[in-house]
Formats: sequence, structure tokens, C-alpha cells
Amino acid sequence: MFDPPKWKIWSILLVIAVGIILAVPSFFPRDQVAKWPAWAPKTQIARGLDIAGGSQLLLEADLADATRQRLSAMDDSVTQELRREPRIQVGDISSSNGQVSFMLRDPTQLDAAVERVRTLTQGVGLTGTRTWNVSTQDGNRVIMVPTPEGNAQAIKDAMTVARDVVRRRIDPSGTREITVINQGQNRILVQVPGIDDPEALKRLIGQTARLEFKLVDQNADQAQVAQGRAPAGSQVLPRADGTGFVALQRRVMVSGEEVADAKQVFDQQSGAPVVSIRFDSSGARRFGRTTTENVNKPFAIVLDNKVISVANINEPILGGSAQISGGFTTQSANELAISLSSGKLPVKLDVIEERTVSAELGNDSIRSGAIASGVAVLAVMLFMVITYGRFGWYANLGLVINTLLILGVMGLIGSALTLPGIAGFVLTIGAAVDANVLINERIREEQRRGRKILDAIETGYKEASTAIFDANITNVIAAAIMWYFGSGPVRGFAIVLLIGIITSVFTAVNFTRLLVALWVRKKRPRELHI
Amino acid sequence: MKLLKLVPDNTNIDFMKVRNIALVISIILTVASLSLVAIKGLNLGIDFVGGQVVRATFAQPINIEDLRGRMNALDVGEASIQDFGDNRTYQVRLPSPPDAKASAEIVGKVRTALQNQYPGVKVGAGEAVSGKVSEELARDGALALGLAMLGIAIYIWFRFEWQFGVGALVTLFHDVSMILGFFAVTRLQFDLNVVAAFLTVVGYSLNDTVVIYDRIRENLRKYRKMQIIPMLNLTLNETLSRTIVTSLSIMLALTMLLIFGPEVIFGLTAAILLGTFVGTYSSIYISAPILVWLGVRPDSFLKAEDKAPAKLAGGDGAVV
Repeated sequence: MFDPPKWKIWSILLVIAVGIILAVPSFFPRDQVAKWPAWAPKTQIARGLDIAGGSQLLLEADLADATRQRLSAMDDSVTQELRREPRIQVGDISSSNGQVSFMLRDPTQLDAAVERVRTLTQGVGLTGTRTWNVSTQDGNRVIMVPTPEGNAQAIKDAMTVARDVVRRRIDPSGTREITVINQGQNRILVQVPGIDDPEALKRLIGQTARLEFKLVDQNADQAQVAQGRAPAGSQVLPRADGTGFVALQRRVMVSGEEVADAKQVFDQQSGAPVVSIRFDSSGARRFGRTTTENVNKPFAIVLDNKVISVANINEPILGGSAQISGGFTTQSANELAISLSSGKLPVKLDVIEERTVSAELGNDSIRSGAIASGVAVLAVMLFMVITYGRFGWYANLGLVINTLLILGVMGLIGSALTLPGIAGFVLTIGAAVDANVLINERIREEQRRGRKILDAIETGYKEASTAIFDANITNVIAAAIMWYFGSGPVRGFAIVLLIGIITSVFTAVNFTRLLVALWVRKKRPRELHI
Repeated sequence: MKLLKLVPDNTNIDFMKVRNIALVISIILTVASLSLVAIKGLNLGIDFVGGQVVRATFAQPINIEDLRGRMNALDVGEASIQDFGDNRTYQVRLPSPPDAKASAEIVGKVRTALQNQYPGVKVGAGEAVSGKVSEELARDGALALGLAMLGIAIYIWFRFEWQFGVGALVTLFHDVSMILGFFAVTRLQFDLNVVAAFLTVVGYSLNDTVVIYDRIRENLRKYRKMQIIPMLNLTLNETLSRTIVTSLSIMLALTMLLIFGPEVIFGLTAAILLGTFVGTYSSIYISAPILVWLGVRPDSFLKAEDKAPAKLAGGDGAVV
């Protein structure tokens, strides 16, 4: 072992060099690293929110709402499909009891109707299962039931869209370091460093932002409306400010999907904050046409099924833009603008977990944590040196390299350092120290038994290796299982442990062995102080 | 330079002599710890029971009853208020609302109320965990810990013998019980971060046990004629120096973290420190003696590896 082959020396040094290069940026502030030249390494270890300060929200999709929406969307599609030429006459389409069903005026058209609505369903996966099951009843009724596979697919799609919408809402300019990831089947995890008041965040996300322009039903009986009862063919929606109800025609003039852009501005006459929206071309056409046909009639702006304002159409609005006013503050107008331009959420999201750490508290923790870790590492190093002399120095060098390697790897894979991660760090430092202690004690032992220096070192490394191997493999198994089955902090701990065990075995065994080998080859020591 | 030797060369301590006493003590302590957990329970954080916590530092010392009154006036449940010793930092904890979705809103209400009613207050941290999530967190944590222990036992069984797997599990169970007892006594908050402390203790204890087992295996092969008890004593003495140096250096590091570290990791560090001590103790007084009770004999490792070469060596059939 005292004449290691060249390739071995170089590969060990190469691993260490790469590790250090990857670790270096972590010691500099992020904005400074961003200015480094393009060739410079920029991998940085992220600080978890519990350390750096910030907010974390766990959002859960309201699945019942998603299912309801899916039914009502199919209701609309069926209506449109059957209206196409040749028209198929049907009675009211119902979308209750978890199914869409309708009755045919002319039973002979049953097969044709089934054929037509079947085009609205799609296949899921490779099994040939469709998103909806279409069946018939009593010879004149068509029933469409969503399949579990179809629901699962719809939720999956909705969650992907929801994730992007959430990201755009929190970070319209795309410049902040936020994390938005899907978790499990119906959850989204949002982490925003640096924000320690998550209320605005929650408002932004909480808004489904389903915007609709609808005509007011002027024939409605006002007494009925005041009680919240809808006249036939219309619907009654509450006012956002809670001052009563408005009867509206069901048909949507223009919806939020046709909004190309929205921003908060101030109304030129009143000076109040309003939201100015611009429609895309089809939205502009539809808005122009409906306003032309309905001059002098009132229309309502509906947001998330609440009427935010009712205005009169004084003249056709052809420019493709409109203004929404309704008692906004600058902030709420701004939030609505962001919500509208980021698109509507395909499903309602509820906040089921919230964690916030103020950046100030985070900074205090970091400072005293860093001091404490420094003192702890120094104490251990001193202890190693007074116990093992030269071999203690080698162990310490290994420890430093080990720390750099862990930082480098974590930076590379983009894993954040959290408080539990620090616990994992402590454990791996312990494992690294232990590996060296095992080796050094074994060398002492072999020397006591009368082995020659070189022989004692060689046997020491060899015999200690099995114990180091077994002890570390058990920890790798534990860490891997915890990483797979655990969540949150448990995972944060496990990932550091996994990385740390590998790097600590590498530095404690391979690296210190190399140092010892080089020393022995150069000095040919006659006595060994260990 | 004269190097430090904490353990003299060639110690000959009769560890196994006191194994029954140690066992009785360990059983008493384990039972006591577990009963304490059963009776007093753990001070479970909102991670495991759901609810809301807001931590705030006030500009001036405030009256705790006044704060409690204001919090209860918000009508979001009975507030429990914990003082952090300086009359300025308090933690307000509120129970999970019946409607899970409202959990996060309550934190906002409390935050706003504090900021409006106490000028200059700094709201340091706010957390809300709905009952549904907390159940999942508790289940996932327990599952991960349980499966990890099982995986380890299986590995040790394969690498050593089944007795060693059982020994490692019993040792882990002992150590984990002690830490649970520690949390039941101190009323330190038991939250998800503490789970990390647990895992650290499990990892350390395991490391220690495996290192000693490894040496026991080596000596079982080396000294085939030796009785099990003297052999275990020899092994423990041989590894004593390593055991002491390693656990002392780790305890040294942890003590520094305890003294100089941030307040947020105090409970975590204290638990790991205790765990290191317990883990060291248990690998000597539990994991080794248990092998005697489980009937490990000098020929335990002869079956697979050593019998086969003996047969190959010659047809004399003199296999022990």
C-alpha cells in the first residue's frame, strides 16, 4: 500500500479538486457569485427556509371542486356538440349525481347522439380505457359517467397547469428563487425565501380568478332576486361586497381565458385603483359584438362567482380592452391583475400547511450555528491531534476535505441545507472521525502486538476496513429507506447522511491512506508515534 | 510530543461480570421511560397534532395575561402561551380549527392582531399544520423509522448471524426508549426536527454496535476454543479505546453546539448528546451480553465459511 499506483493518486486528487471547486461558490454571497465570469463554477448550496427565513405553503387541490368543474365542462361541451348541424334535440342536460345525462326528444337519434358525445371522450394510457363511460337507458336517455382513470388524468393535468399558474402568480417576472413543485397526487409545495409575511402570497394563490362578463337579466323579479332565488334560465350570484344579489344570464359574454394582459392602473376620472384588461383577438371580437348588440343594457363582471361590479354598456366597446372597477385598493387591484394575467387556476387550492421563519431569526440562527459548528470542529480537531499526533492531522485534513465534498455535492444536486440536515452533517462528521479512530486504534494495537511499523499501518487499515464498511453500509441502508419513505425534515436529514457517508468513507479511508503512504515512502520512518 | 492516551494499553475490565446488573438497570429505565411516555405523554408539536404556532418578540416586556386575553378575543380557540425566559419572546399556540382549511388563516389573524396591538413587535415564525397533514407526518415519520430499523436488522442478519440482528434491534429499541423518556421528562417540544435527532441517535448507536459486533465476529473466528464470556470481555477491552475516543469527540462537538449553538437547535442537540451517551453504554452492556443470552457460541461463524475449506483441505474430517 505504500507505493500506490499513479492513476490512484491522481484520481483521488481529481475527486477532491472537483469537490472543492464545486464547494467554493457556497462561501460567497449569491449576488456576488452571479457576477462571476461564465467559466467559473457557480454551484451553491441552498439554505433551507428554516435557516434562511421565508415562507412555505403546502397547497391541496379541492378534488370535489375539480370533479364538479369537470362535470360542468362536459355539460357545456355536450350542449355545443349536439347543437352542431345536424342538430339533435334534447331536453335539459343535467350534471348532478356525478354524471352528465340528457333525454332525447326523438329516440331514433339515440345511436347518433351516443356517437356524437363519444367524440368528446378520450382514451387514457395504453389500456384503451376512456375518460368517460357513455351508456344508454330506457331507449331515450344518454348517461355519461367519468371513469376513475379519466378523473386521475384530469387531476394530473390540472395539477401541472396549477403549478405553472401558481409560479406565475408568485413570481410574475420569473426572477426570484422560488420553489413550486407538485407533491403526491394533489398537492403543490411552494417555498419562497425571504418573504416572512405569507398573507399576500395566500391571497394570490387563493384566487381562482375565474373572470366572466355576463349580461344582467333585466326581466328578473327583484323580490325573488333579493332572496337569492333565480328566475328560470338565469342565475343569481352574490355581490362581492355582500350587499345583495344580481340576476344574470347564464351565457358568458367573454371569459378570463380570453384576457391577453391585465394590469393595475388608476381610473382617470375618479383616481381609484382599477384593473385594466386587454382581450386577445377572439375575446375582443366577442366583446365587441355583444356590446354592440346590447347597448344601454347593464352587464356584470363576475369573479369567482361573485359579482364585483355592474356597469351600463353606453356604447359598443370595440378596442378590445376594458376596465374593471369595484372598490379595489391598490394592492387588491394589483393582485387581481396578476391573477388574471397568469391564467385561472384549473382547480381550487387550499392552504393545508404554512410555515414561516423570519429572515432575521434565520440570520441569527445561521450566525450562532456557524460559530458553534466552528468551535465544535476545532475542538474535535484538537482532540484528534493530541490523541494521534501526525495521524490526527491526516484525519483532520480528511475532515476538512469531507466537509467541502459534502457542500460541493449538495450544491451540485441542488439540495438545500436545513436544520435536520445539520444534524445529518454532525452524524457524518462523527462517522468520519470514527473511521479514523478505528484505523488509528487498530494501528496502535497491531504495533503493541509487535508488528513492524509498515506492517502495523497496513494491517491497521486492512482490519479496520471491514468494521468501517459494515457500519457505513448499515447507515446507508437506513438513510436510503428514510429518504424513500420519509418526508420533509426526515428527507433533509437522509440526503445529507447519504452524501456524507460516501464522502466520509472516501476521505477517511482513501484520502488519509494516500497521505500516510506518501509520508512513509518519503521519510521511511523508523518509529511511529500514534 | 507525548500523545494523549485516555485508555491505558491492555485493559482487562470484566464488563460481562456486571451484565445482569446492567440488564436490570436497563430494563427498569426502559420500562420507566415508556411508562412515562404512556402516562405523561410527549409535548407533541403541531407537526404531529396539528394547530398553529406564532412566535413573537415584543419591543417591551409584556403582561402574559394581557396577551392571552387578546389572543382569546380573536375567537380562534384557547391560546396556550409559552414564555422564552426574557419576558419579551413568547410563543402562542392555538389548537387545530374544526375546518382544516382555516388553519393557515388563523396564523394570519394572530399575526395581524399582534402587529396592530403591540407596536414594534417582531413576528419571528408562524406555522400552521392542518390535522390531516399532521397525521400523515406522524405516520410517515414512524414508518420511515420502523422500516429503516427493519432494513438494518436484515442486513446485519445476513452479514453476521441472526442473533446479531436481534441484538442490534434490541439495542436500538433501548436507545430510542431512553430518548423518548428524556422528552417525556423534559417536556421539550417533540416536533419533526426532533425526529432528525432520533435518526442521528439511531445512526450513531448502530455505528457503535456494528463496530463492536465486527470485532466480536473477528475474535469468534480467531479464538475458536475460547469461552464466549471471556471472549466478549476481550473484545470489549480491545475496542474500549476506540469507543471512548469516538464518543468523547462526538460529545465534545455536541457540547459546543449546545453551548454556542442557536436556541432553535437546543432540544435537538441535547437529545443527540444524551443519545450518544446511551448509545455508547448500550453497545457495551446490551448488544454484547445479548449475544450470550441468544446463545452465540464460538462455532457460530464456522458453518458457512470455515467448514468448507476444512473439507477441501483433506479428507480427515476433523471439523469441529
